[in-house]
Amino acid sequence: MQSVIEFVLGLLFGVGLLISGMTDPGKVQGFLDVAGVWDPSLALVMGGGVMVGLLGFTWAKKKHSSFSGAPLQWPEMTQIDRPLVLGSLMFGTGWGLAGFCPGPALVAMAAGNDKALVFVLAMLAGMVLFDRFKSRDN
Amino acid sequence: MQIDWIHFTPWTSLLGGVLLGVAAAALFLNSGRILGITGILEGVLAPKHADSPWRFAFLLGLFAAPLAAKFFLPAELVQTPRIDANWAMVIAAGVLVGYGTRWGAGCTSGHGICGLSRLSVRSLVATLSFMGTGFVTVFVIRHVL
Repeated sequence: MQSVIEFVLGLLFGVGLLISGMTDPGKVQGFLDVAGVWDPSLALVMGGGVMVGLLGFTWAKKKHSSFSGAPLQWPEMTQIDRPLVLGSLMFGTGWGLAGFCPGPALVAMAAGNDKALVFVLAMLAGMVLFDRFKSRDN
Repeated sequence: MQIDWIHFTPWTSLLGGVLLGVAAAALFLNSGRILGITGILEGVLAPKHADSPWRFAFLLGLFAAPLAAKFFLPAELVQTPRIDANWAMVIAAGVLVGYGTRWGAGCTSGHGICGLSRLSVRSLVATLSFMGTGFVTVFVIRHVL
């Protein structure tokens, strides 16, 4: 039953990405192009998402466990460190370059877009590459 | 500043954003998990983190979205992707996004939507960082190169 709920939430998230315009790299780059003819749409995606998210997470702060009984796994990291900033700067560069971030790329790939498929494969390679470097550091 | 009124879609973008917020809030309230695509992929790639089947169920739902949209949504609600980037740029971008999101421990969903909704300063810094280089990168490819 839990898996059905989680499937439906994945579906809902995917449909949200499709409707919002996030799965269209042209729209993403149109938002990031403040110096050109600017498309503010994505500000409303973020605004709508955070508005509802604020209500949900504020409610969650009053709860001791989730509806399924599983513990509420609040992220524990709060420190602002080099990996956070450097990684995010790197991510933003790739996001601007092609107009895809991970979620929308997965949805566009599932819709049959060939460039999204190649993007996802390269993204997974990047993730594996990071794990290699990280384990070497340790 | 010039606004692109032709492509501006305030209502569908707001509606889509609300759906993202509903999914993120509901996943945390129901399953106690942060809806972050980077983290979900990490769990699927590295079995040691695959501590529960929720990631697979969620990903299956995500993959089913285009099909569901095709059957149940009016075609004008779903936009066809316009991709300017050539193949080399797509590959470079994918590697940067994959490496960067793992390094920064999150992307637009985990840091952007969930993090900002939790009022996390850490996620705010991440979001400002990736939006910052996103703006700079598009400026460079559209107005400098």
